[in-house]
Amino acid sequence: MSQPTTQARELSQYLTFILDGEEYGVPILKVNGIQGFERTTPIPNAPAYVMGIINLRGEVVPIINLRKRFGLQEGTLDAHTVVIVVRVEQADKTRTVGLVVDAVADVYDIKDENLHSTPDFGGKISDTFVRGLGMINEKLVILLEIDHLIDWKRVAEPEPEAATAAA
Amino acid sequence: MHNSTSGHSQLEEIRHIFISECNDGLDLIEQGLLELERGNNTLAIVNDIFRGAHSIKGGAATFGYTNVAEFTHVLETLLDRVRTEELGVTPPLVQVFLEAVDVLRAMVQAMESGEDYDDAQAQTVQAALIGWLGGEQDAVAPAVAMTSATSTTHADPTAVSAMASGQREAKGEDSLAPQTAPGILWDIHFKPAPDFLRNGNQPQHIFRALAELGTLTLQPLLDGLPDFSAFEPETMYLAWSLTLDTQADAARIREVFDWVELDAEIDITPRQPLPEKAAAPSHAPPPAQEAAVAEQHAPRLERRGGKKDAGSIRVDIEKIDVLLNLVGELVINQAMLNQVTRNRSGRHGKELAGELEQGLLLLERTTRELQEAVMEIRMLPLSVTFSRFPRLVHDLSARLNKQVELKITGEQTELDKTVLERIGDPLLHLIRNALDHGIESMEQRQAGGKPATGEIHLGASHEGGSVVIRVSDDGAGLNTERIFQKALEKGLVEADAKLSDSQIHDLIFRPGFSTADVVTDVSGRGVGMDVVRSNIEEIGGRVQVHSERGKGSTFRITLPLTLAILDGQLIRVAGEVYVLPLLSIVETVQVNAALINVISGREVVYRLRGKAVPVVDMREVCRIAGNAVLEDYSGKQMIIVESERRHVGLIVDELLDQHQVVIKSLETNFVKVPGMLGATILGDGTVSLILDVTTLAQTLHRARRGDDHAVATITH
Amino acid sequence: MSHVLIVDDSRSIRELLGGVLRNAGFAVTSASDGQQGLASARGQCFDLVITDINMPVMNGFDLLAALRTLPDYAFKPILILSTEFSQEMKQQGRAAGATGWMVKPFDPVKLVDVIHRLLG
Repeated sequence: MSQPTTQARELSQYLTFILDGEEYGVPILKVNGIQGFERTTPIPNAPAYVMGIINLRGEVVPIINLRKRFGLQEGTLDAHTVVIVVRVEQADKTRTVGLVVDAVADVYDIKDENLHSTPDFGGKISDTFVRGLGMINEKLVILLEIDHLIDWKRVAEPEPEAATAAA
Repeated sequence: MHNSTSGHSQLEEIRHIFISECNDGLDLIEQGLLELERGNNTLAIVNDIFRGAHSIKGGAATFGYTNVAEFTHVLETLLDRVRTEELGVTPPLVQVFLEAVDVLRAMVQAMESGEDYDDAQAQTVQAALIGWLGGEQDAVAPAVAMTSATSTTHADPTAVSAMASGQREAKGEDSLAPQTAPGILWDIHFKPAPDFLRNGNQPQHIFRALAELGTLTLQPLLDGLPDFSAFEPETMYLAWSLTLDTQADAARIREVFDWVELDAEIDITPRQPLPEKAAAPSHAPPPAQEAAVAEQHAPRLERRGGKKDAGSIRVDIEKIDVLLNLVGELVINQAMLNQVTRNRSGRHGKELAGELEQGLLLLERTTRELQEAVMEIRMLPLSVTFSRFPRLVHDLSARLNKQVELKITGEQTELDKTVLERIGDPLLHLIRNALDHGIESMEQRQAGGKPATGEIHLGASHEGGSVVIRVSDDGAGLNTERIFQKALEKGLVEADAKLSDSQIHDLIFRPGFSTADVVTDVSGRGVGMDVVRSNIEEIGGRVQVHSERGKGSTFRITLPLTLAILDGQLIRVAGEVYVLPLLSIVETVQVNAALINVISGREVVYRLRGKAVPVVDMREVCRIAGNAVLEDYSGKQMIIVESERRHVGLIVDELLDQHQVVIKSLETNFVKVPGMLGATILGDGTVSLILDVTTLAQTLHRARRGDDHAVATITH
Repeated sequence: MSHVLIVDDSRSIRELLGGVLRNAGFAVTSASDGQQGLASARGQCFDLVITDINMPVMNGFDLLAALRTLPDYAFKPILILSTEFSQEMKQQGRAAGATGWMVKPFDPVKLVDVIHRLLG
């Protein structure tokens, strides 16, 4: 159950994007850049949501399909598809990762105190991934905890076919 | 120097440098000592040893490691006696010096990791050193100037870190202690020596310092002034009579004259007799107490991460210069190409293409040279690794009661730093084994007509595109029959298997083999050769053994020059491009369907010139969903690769070209992927995975172990 | 800004001393032996020199004596920083022309104070 932390800064900026009709947000400080989708090199035995790796200015970066990761319906990958490059941290290690989303939306300032905790709102995506909910002009934005998006220990193991959103 | 580095990490960096200097110094001392023992008793060597110890002492003292400084001081004092030839070089003396080196190594290690060292051993060795000095504790002059009047504090680690924070540490004696007594008048007679000015001193400095302590009045005394004709402007003729009204005590006043006490006559007397009082509160704590505090500090430093050299290297300036030159040429190349394209109006077709091609060729050459130059920077000579072996052989052979000489050649051969770091352990094991099991005892050797002193030869050289390291001994050689027996017992071979001597010898690298069984000697210990082989293969190398009974054995290690760059064969499998390490490829064949056998309905083998090679469909390995595994392989390309003496045939769709690739780690932004060495970025900017042939072969072998019979005859 | 020359064959000492002095606002140049030190001193007019004694190629005393023959350095403050502290050594230093003698380990605060004082 994500709760806004009391230690968090008063105001945080989020970059929001669209995924299957919903708007999600990630802290802008974690975003390295945005680019179009390009062909990935697949990795054998990787989970289905790991689409593969790409060359990002000389660095080898994995691309994560968020729809697949969240267990949403598969979308089409076309010219509008966007990859948001973010910095993911886990246990002192920082990795650069690309997230495939439908489209980029906007940048918002959200006060931490205005974050709502996530109720059981249909269980579309697992609570581990969600930091909190923000209300922007009557619109609901789901703020993601991107550091928890991937369980790196399990990533190299082959996953069963029916991959669900359970972390 | 980076201004942005915080003071603390600045200090850490310097401490690191100091520790590495200590280690270098210790290596130097050890080398010198071994030379002395060999009879090379020259003054130059003794001086080198002395200087090494002196440097360590100086550094240790400065960084506040008083225990190290004190220990080294005793060592240094003894070395000085040798230097002045008061003491002769004898084996027992060298032995105690070597023990001192060991103690210091442990101390330096403790400095680095923040853990404790064995104080008992240090005490024992120190006592032994003092014993050599004639047993008198006073024979050793005070180690560090802690008791000297000129420095009332010493740089314990806290003081040194005061530098890090760039702050003034409030020291007791700098600030005037709150005095209950009123200010006292002092008469100071100050007569600087004639050379005073020539030593860079200025009376004003003294006066200014005194003025800081209270109210100062000056009265110059001119009686020393000569006639004008005899006057030398650089000579000091003046003296002063000073009156100082201050709350500071005599010691504090005297301190102002610290620098010039040898250069002047100084008299400091109070006008009235001083009232009886205890030692001035502003005085630093008694040295004994300081010593105790220091002792507490030095042996145990704050626990740090204990990370050893996290990845820095020292590089010859020349290598950097080469790099700079090449970068310069790159810039010129680029400018040239720019110009060609800019001036293209009026020129077209063949002429333009020709100029561009020229420019690109030049660019290619410069880039290649740049790449080589950068790789060169990571290259370090093997001497770094080899240097610890003479001492090892010396100690171990003494312990085993054998006479063994270690010969080293080719230690200037350079290797990539990452490879270098990981070759030390395997070499250590090989040399240990040669000492333990290879070289026979003196009696056995003499009985066999060999010289009593055994020889181990450690040699390195560049051969082809690799580095070859040989560890050979002139000992008993491998016992082929015993090896075969053991292998039989362990089920590694069949009783009727026909194996050549070299094939049998290679069995020692199989897991479960203890080297003790490998030779005629029965010794309790033995390091598994399988560990040695896997360590070497992990860094992309190979190891083989050649042995002759009664004559000796040679272990031959082949290593790639660098880990970061690989010669690769590009292949296409199901539309994707992969890279196979060229070194592991034996040959390529076009599949003749008639030579395919399918065992147990699933496993495919290929009869290649009478031998059965297991076949793997790369599509299966690459597990690309949706690609059907082919049934019919006829006409397909099969690449035979070798790993750990096993061959495997890989079916691919297409063979592409060969070229060097830069290995990029998958772990940087992802995780280690089993079966893959890493990834690389091809010329067209796409990413290709690099296949790990070793794991491929191992996995296959494990999966098919039931059919070992079919596979066993492959080793050639 | 005053410019100091440090001469010591130990890199860690050079770095430590350099760091202390830079933090105190001095510009620092360092040399690893007496000969290099002399060359540096010739190439640029330093306000103060700090030198070790035991160094390869050319030791501190020889450096001192050589510096004192240069007009620019005849009256410049030159300090010795050494582990030695015996009277004989100090006398030798004085004879060679040393302005002052500092013993290792040195107190960074005191050192900076002294230097400030010497440079006026």
